[in-house]
Amino acid sequence: MSITIYIPGDAAALAMGADAVADAITAEAMQRNIKIDIVRNGSRGLFWLEPLVEVVTAQGRVAYGPVTKADVPELFAAKFLQGDKHALRLGDIETLPYLAKQQRVSLRRVGIVDPRSLSDYLAQGGGKGLARARKLAPAAIVQQVTDSGLRGRGGAAFPTGIKWKTVLDTTATQKYIVCNADEGDSGTFSDRMLMEGDPYCLLEGMAIAGLAVGANKGYIYVRSEYPHAIAALNAALKDAGDWLGDFSIEVRMGAGAYVCGEETALLESIEGRRGIVRSKPPLPAISGLFGQPTVINNVITFASVPDILAQGAAFYRDLGVGRSRGTLPFQLAGNIKFGGLVEIPFGATLRELLYDYGGGSRSGRPLRAVQVGGPLGAYLPESQFDTVLDYEAFAAVGAVLGHGGIVAFDDTVDMAKQARYAMQFCALESCGKCTPCRIGSTRGVEVIDRIRAGATEQIPLLRDLCDTMTYGSMCAMGGMTPYPVLSALNHFAEDFSAVKAPLPQAGEGLG
Amino acid sequence: MNTKLQPIFDTHKGKDGALLPILHDIQHALGYVPEEAVPLIAKQLNLSRAEVHGVITYYHHFRQTPPGKHVVQLCCAEACQANGSEALAAHAAKRLQGADVTLEPVYCLGLCSIGPAVLIGEDELHAHVTPQKFDALMNGLGVKK
Repeated sequence: MSITIYIPGDAAALAMGADAVADAITAEAMQRNIKIDIVRNGSRGLFWLEPLVEVVTAQGRVAYGPVTKADVPELFAAKFLQGDKHALRLGDIETLPYLAKQQRVSLRRVGIVDPRSLSDYLAQGGGKGLARARKLAPAAIVQQVTDSGLRGRGGAAFPTGIKWKTVLDTTATQKYIVCNADEGDSGTFSDRMLMEGDPYCLLEGMAIAGLAVGANKGYIYVRSEYPHAIAALNAALKDAGDWLGDFSIEVRMGAGAYVCGEETALLESIEGRRGIVRSKPPLPAISGLFGQPTVINNVITFASVPDILAQGAAFYRDLGVGRSRGTLPFQLAGNIKFGGLVEIPFGATLRELLYDYGGGSRSGRPLRAVQVGGPLGAYLPESQFDTVLDYEAFAAVGAVLGHGGIVAFDDTVDMAKQARYAMQFCALESCGKCTPCRIGSTRGVEVIDRIRAGATEQIPLLRDLCDTMTYGSMCAMGGMTPYPVLSALNHFAEDFSAVKAPLPQAGEGLG
Repeated sequence: MNTKLQPIFDTHKGKDGALLPILHDIQHALGYVPEEAVPLIAKQLNLSRAEVHGVITYYHHFRQTPPGKHVVQLCCAEACQANGSEALAAHAAKRLQGADVTLEPVYCLGLCSIGPAVLIGEDELHAHVTPQKFDALMNGLGVKK
């Protein structure tokens, strides 16, 4: 009888050396004439423990980590295949407080299921949502999603049920389901983990959306920086057979344009054009991909749907606070000791995430600023760490939750430099369609350079420019770049007062 | 050029919005999208050369010239900045001076808890990349100092 060993094939685990560990275990087992069966699962999302090896034993799954290839002979000698003692032994990973305290819904199977096996997905409880949806009328499916209170997890938090109903109510013969997997925000990786660790869950959510609105074709637009996610999705699709019925899905690869995470730019890109933002209206729900009514949602939004259908809307709606229902997979990133994925219901505080889960900074220095919600999200100072993780509570302090990415910085950070970077990133990634974003971002870099060189009298000019960008831009790219800039200016004014950097020469500075 | 592109065109025949998939396949096969491919792609998709050129130059991912022997992408986004990616970028630029390596910034590899992150080639990822680790990786690739 062969022994099953789980070694993550998740990109983060690979970056930590999981392939070398898998090779070493295979070689050592062969040498010792032990039959093993290696499953490349997703990551549990406790990245400081990667590569995390789990062995299936009589006592259940026993975890060891972080394992390097040099540890492998010793692990065999310590009989880790029977789950025996070793310095790296963690036992049942799910009893670790970091995981035990979480309430995973959309990523519940990630790290547990074999992402390359539909039968394992079904055995782990997958597929029930789709089965139930097949017995319901389209309007009843939409009603379930509406009742669950699910809001778009890409960042804008628009009620998913309303979007789906708009598409359902159109009369076109061809409608589309598009998954926005252009997860470009720094500090975010939950989409990637889901696609790599439980791809069938995404396919199921999209197929349910297809039934709900009457669409038979779906696209998943994945960024080119995620080759492992693309491979996992394509493998899953190849293996899906007729499980999805007459709903077909095609994976499309992005090409390194951040703004293609904006829904209309993404549609342009699938259509084969430059990813330029479209004017709204018309909404994509009315006239989206190839001019047809289109449901476009983020990966986690779709991945939340199977459980809502399987367990009923109330189960999801009963989690969370205020108008933020359900769970959000938060991603702890940057200078943080225990970085990883924390899926919990809305309602905890930022401080709990940073310290109870994250353990403070990785560098050991005090945390000074935390950017929540990606490059277009505000920087929060220590005085705001008690803000409740809820869309409205964040909006009330001039911040955003966005896609749940949390990037921590210690006290060595220069916030004027971070503000400059926000403008520079906008200049680099602006699609160029509207003036406030295209030109405002470049002027923003220049003004911040002058301020950093001592011209603090230009701070009102920077505020004025941010005002123009906020209210004059066509989409969130230019419209939200002021969030990190103004939050840096408001909460870390001291970084803008001292002369920090000489003024760059003409032509220098924009990279 | 035509004989190289025809199999790619055939793969995507009849596909809606085929331009990006075609460009990806060309770059995968040749390492870049050569100038002489542009009119052929335009003809194939019934587009103007300007439209094809516009798409190639819009997206950071597509290159118009052949890359070096190795392509090394360094994450320069906020989460990696918080862990010292700027110093790494400066070190890498110095280390690779004169080497046949294309060094590019990339804005997020989705490895934001374990940065600085580096991507070598199309899918080889590395986490916690210090200047020392970077040198070891380059030495491993046989990149001369």
